[in-house]
Amino acid sequence: MLIEVGHFALSLALALSLVQIVIPIWAARSGDSAMRAVATPAALGAFGCILFSFAALTYAHATSDFSVQNVVENSHTTKPFIYKISGVWGNHEGSMLLWVLILALFGALVAVAKDSVPAVLRANTLAVQGLITFVFVLFIITTSNPFNRVNPAPLEGNDLNPLLQDFGLAVHPPLLYVGYVGFSITFAFAIAALIEGRIDAVWARAVRPWTLTAWSFLTLGIAMGSYWAYYELGWGGWWFWDPVENASLMPWLAGTALLHSTVVMEKRDALKVWTVLLAILTFSLSLLGTFIVRSGVLTSVHTFATDPTRGVFILGILVLFVGGSFSLFAWRAPLLRQGGLFAPISREGALVMNNLFLAAGCATVFVGTLYPLLLESLTGEKISVGPPFFNYTFVPIAIPLLLIVPFGQTLAWKRGDVHAASQRLFAALGFALVIGLIAMAMTWGGPAMAPIGIGLGAYLLIGAGLEIVSRARGYGNSRSSKPAVILRRAAGLPRSAWGTAFAHAGVGIVVLGIAAQGWATEGLAVIKPGQSVASGPYSATLDRVGPRSGENYEETTGFLTIRTTGGDYVGTVETGKRFYPSRRMTVTESGLMTIGVSQVYASIGEVMPDGSIGLRLYYKPLVLLIWLGAVLMALGGAVSITDRRMRVGAPARAKSKPLPPSAVPAE
Amino acid sequence: MTARRLACGALALSLLTTSALAVQPDEVLSDPKLELRARDISSGLRCLVCQNQSIDDSDAPLAKDLRLIVRERLKAGDDDRQVQDYVVGRYGEYVLLRPVLALHTLLLWLTPIAVLGLGAFGIWRLARNRKSTAPQRLTAAEEAEIAALTRRD
Repeated sequence: MLIEVGHFALSLALALSLVQIVIPIWAARSGDSAMRAVATPAALGAFGCILFSFAALTYAHATSDFSVQNVVENSHTTKPFIYKISGVWGNHEGSMLLWVLILALFGALVAVAKDSVPAVLRANTLAVQGLITFVFVLFIITTSNPFNRVNPAPLEGNDLNPLLQDFGLAVHPPLLYVGYVGFSITFAFAIAALIEGRIDAVWARAVRPWTLTAWSFLTLGIAMGSYWAYYELGWGGWWFWDPVENASLMPWLAGTALLHSTVVMEKRDALKVWTVLLAILTFSLSLLGTFIVRSGVLTSVHTFATDPTRGVFILGILVLFVGGSFSLFAWRAPLLRQGGLFAPISREGALVMNNLFLAAGCATVFVGTLYPLLLESLTGEKISVGPPFFNYTFVPIAIPLLLIVPFGQTLAWKRGDVHAASQRLFAALGFALVIGLIAMAMTWGGPAMAPIGIGLGAYLLIGAGLEIVSRARGYGNSRSSKPAVILRRAAGLPRSAWGTAFAHAGVGIVVLGIAAQGWATEGLAVIKPGQSVASGPYSATLDRVGPRSGENYEETTGFLTIRTTGGDYVGTVETGKRFYPSRRMTVTESGLMTIGVSQVYASIGEVMPDGSIGLRLYYKPLVLLIWLGAVLMALGGAVSITDRRMRVGAPARAKSKPLPPSAVPAE
Repeated sequence: MTARRLACGALALSLLTTSALAVQPDEVLSDPKLELRARDISSGLRCLVCQNQSIDDSDAPLAKDLRLIVRERLKAGDDDRQVQDYVVGRYGEYVLLRPVLALHTLLLWLTPIAVLGLGAFGIWRLARNRKSTAPQRLTAAEEAEIAALTRRD
């Protein structure tokens, strides 16, 4: 019964989102403010309905209700409870329901947000958001209904793909979806601005918290996916330039560009048309990502199931939104007046460079991901575009981008002084050079790129710190070098300045982590209990091999002791091969030992009848920095959201009360 | 995320009674220099039955065969280029994870440079059209107007 009510609630959400589209647009034309206000309850209602239907599906999964097809296909009574919950979105239908849930949540948040968004802009934004919700709910109801029943109900389900039975599934998709879908709000704001033909700093200020939220979550989602792939795949890679990864990287790159161009627009009223274009582009790339993943154009675990009607439907959605928004852009963008002149050497100029390199990087990922598909459909020729291609093309674009990060921060708005900026950065460059040289001397004969990367990372980190220090010291007459003054001023700096510093420092930390992977080592051998494999400064000794069982799997586990090459005991790790009888699948579980921010990574291979095992042992120096840096970046985004100008906003006009006659001030 | 890669591996594992994991100890060449070259070449060759995965990482038996071929050719004295050409000759261009630069991949290789170049050109054009942002001197009329305004106080 609850399932049917959930299904009904979803249909109700469809109707409510239709109301959310039609009434505000109509009201905007007629200028009826009461009708315009309908958008708010409609958005809240749609969210409530979708939340209910999501809860209904979750309940069915939690209670293993095998009369529901979706539960039969993806659950099993012996599955651990946490995976029964995360299994709700571990399949196509459920993940799309999560998608629209987040979409409607963002719509509801815009509807109730107490900010200074002008009423017409808000109504139009909600209408566009309603259209996105409508189309995706329609997609679920017509092609991917999670509420289908089976009769008779089987006694047992097919279980969830063991690869997805991991904590990663519980966090990676929700984080990623908040990021993906969050950009729908910036898109809706951009379309609303185009419909109105007006865009200004108020718009930029209204959009910024949403962009920051989406960006922060997308950063976390990508990092989480990367870490999940790293520990689950068994060979210690952290990024594979896989089409599905690229699908999430593209909106991230465009979103990062958007974040920076919005700053220019808010502060200097420039780059308006470009910012609107980026807002459209970012969400279009989110939709493209959804299409790539969901349509099965590139078959993967992420696709869960392939069904051509779904692919065609999502392609239709893509064409509708991308085609529609770009047409609207071409038609209305000339109305947006440009303002805010600036010299090429200025903060704005540096941010334009940032946008140029990010756009080029995004285009590279785009063409690398889709070119094989295009070429095959046009000429029938099959080519592969893999990591070596991206290393040759993306990395040379990323390096100059990273070099200008601290540089842009030290330039003044409107008109900067290269000489003064270089002087201020001199310390950062000097330190970075020394650190890079030390790294090179310590690892002489190793890979050449690694010390360069270390230097680059150090430069970014010091640059981020320097920005805070130089702002706290002050400029000109108010310049002070007293520590107490500097500390007090640093604490008083706007939160957005701290957010920027955190995010940029995070980038530096990621670069350090990536660079250090040049020194990663691998050891590989077939060993019997008592024997060891060495890798870098550590070795692993196989203590024993034994069976072990979990709630729904059997595991052959290798128990290892990690020691330094000097023979000092470090700890123990376990790595095993898990066999899941319900799906008849075997998955390798790697064993990780964290030492500081470095890791020793053990992965079991073949298990021989004589009791020996193939063992792969990696030493991954500073590897955790890759993900910790990303977390710091997201934290920077979060800090920036709490900036005073976001919390306070423009002063709201007080309700005009008729003044008592006596209170009329004298002229 | 790349769980698909896992799927490929898991598929290979579930279909076979004996499981293999990427490069096996028995495949490793005794000459470390030659082995390093073999690893380098392998990481640029695609596992044909997997999704976007190199033979160096793959668990599939076909990938193992290819790894052995690479090592055999290296032992026979081929240079890196010859080994690659040999594999491409047998399996086609599809095995190369870094596509060749040819007419049909021109667009692929040129896009990054083209976007950078066109973007830089566009920015340069816009900046030139905007003229200078240096403060312009006030006209005589404006000066007079300011003088008139300031005198009132």
